[in-house]
Amino acid sequence: MSLLRVEGLSKEFGGVHAVQALEFEIPRRGVFSIIGPNGAGKTTLLNLLTGVYRPSAGRVWFDGRELTGRAPHQYAAAGIGRTFQNLQTFFNMSALENVMVGRYLHERCSLGAALLRFPSLARAERACRAEGLELLDFVGLGSYARAAADSMPYGALKRLEIARALAARPKLLLLDEPAAGLNPTETQEIDRLIQRIDAREITVVLVEHNMRLVMGVSDRVLVLDYGRKLAEGSAQTVRRDPKVIEAYLGVEARDA
Amino acid sequence: MWAGLGSARSGGLLALGAVITLLPLALANDYFYDVAILVGLNAIVCIGLNLLIGYAGQISLGHAGFFGLGAYGSAILTARYGWPPLAALAAATVAVALLAYLVGRPILRLRGHYLAMATLGLGVIISIVISNEDRYTGGPDGMRVPPLSLFGHALSGERAWYWVVGALLVLAVWLALNLVESPGGRALRALHGSETAAEVVGIDSVRQKLMVFVLSAVFAAFAGGLTAHYSGFITPGRATFLHSIELVTMVVFGGMASTFGAVIGAAVLTTLPQLLAVLKDYEMVVFGAVMMLTMVFMPKGLVPTLAARFAPRERT
Repeated sequence: MSLLRVEGLSKEFGGVHAVQALEFEIPRRGVFSIIGPNGAGKTTLLNLLTGVYRPSAGRVWFDGRELTGRAPHQYAAAGIGRTFQNLQTFFNMSALENVMVGRYLHERCSLGAALLRFPSLARAERACRAEGLELLDFVGLGSYARAAADSMPYGALKRLEIARALAARPKLLLLDEPAAGLNPTETQEIDRLIQRIDAREITVVLVEHNMRLVMGVSDRVLVLDYGRKLAEGSAQTVRRDPKVIEAYLGVEARDA
Repeated sequence: MWAGLGSARSGGLLALGAVITLLPLALANDYFYDVAILVGLNAIVCIGLNLLIGYAGQISLGHAGFFGLGAYGSAILTARYGWPPLAALAAATVAVALLAYLVGRPILRLRGHYLAMATLGLGVIISIVISNEDRYTGGPDGMRVPPLSLFGHALSGERAWYWVVGALLVLAVWLALNLVESPGGRALRALHGSETAAEVVGIDSVRQKLMVFVLSAVFAAFAGGLTAHYSGFITPGRATFLHSIELVTMVVFGGMASTFGAVIGAAVLTTLPQLLAVLKDYEMVVFGAVMMLTMVFMPKGLVPTLAARFAPRERT
């Protein structure tokens, strides 16, 4: 059984069909990439898969349960994590605290326990901090633990968001253009990081424009164009699909 | 910064305790004690309000309404219905918590200016009801309030009150520091940083905002009830929009997202008008000027600005 399934998923903004009648399934293991030209509806789709947008029509099934119409925090509780194309860092906190917020689903406690700081809470907080540090190491930001988020460089913030999403221990991690704005070295680091996340048995959904990254790391690729599914299959199949080459890479690319 | 938090926290609490213990050496007479008590009571309100404004990033321009309801609720139950003061204080605080919960549910879905206007409206309604229901509240003339009594002993005299308020202030600071460093407290700061990002890591933003709104209303109502019993007299002025603005100014001046900042903001802005007694009716001008100057020269408020100057945040 697939991990995530969407049926007839559509999103309309005042007459504009950003996503139209999409049907696809994301398998339990592997890296699933979503590509398409600018405005193809990729980010809209991620927003639909995390509850940030409510679909105009269609359904979202995750891990055997229907999540359609639920609030974003319920999608998170079901096991879907994500990062953002435009950074959504908590700039009023340190790097470590950003990651610790990601542990919220597993650490939250009653108001009384928080106000009176029960010993059990103090212990949980130490464990939370240790796990936060470990995740910062995992994404290669160990040296930034104490840094204020607003003092960190762009490339580091991209990975900080990944660490924060991983802290929630998701089953499915959606990465919205993790390599956008990064130089080739940083992009390679993201590539390796995605492989290590995959090795942790977390399903990765990658939305990305960097074709070398997508083709190298993906097990399956979904191609969107004008909010519709244009093609779906292995990286090899999709790369050779004439429709994809024409719509996405441009007509000239066929001859290249 | 995080490594030092534990020590900074207990250090700050110890310093506050030391100030409260040693301050009487400098308090020459009952008038000074009176000012110190008012500082403590305002500080308790500001600590709660700072959790809402400074940490969670949600504005309220109606907290004097909660303060006034706590004060009048406790006053009416003791003076008109003969309740024991502690029971009246507790009942008024619980009632305000309930009201904040019911009103907060719809209005906390609003953001920014819209939330400001909604809380402003709430404050205005409460203040008008208090002025008009003169059968219970004595109307614009105010009403007398019986003194607080603990186990049959009336709490009277500035010196006794000083220690009670001092202890409650330390308690309020301790509770606020605990909350801020808990998962729930981080969730509040996360909402301030990015509501969308907070939600996709599993934080129920409406529930968290409602929790902190009710908590801040409880701090205000409790301090309001205490103020009424301490003063022995209460007027609708304490429930007005102007008082709400005073409270917000204390929080903003002292420092957003700084519990000790809220205490210092309350201390400075409660004391300042006393020093500037010559200004009389122009007292509010001081608050307006302080608010403007704070926004221009230290938008993060006094304590965070000083903290950043003397201990620059580590940059790796």
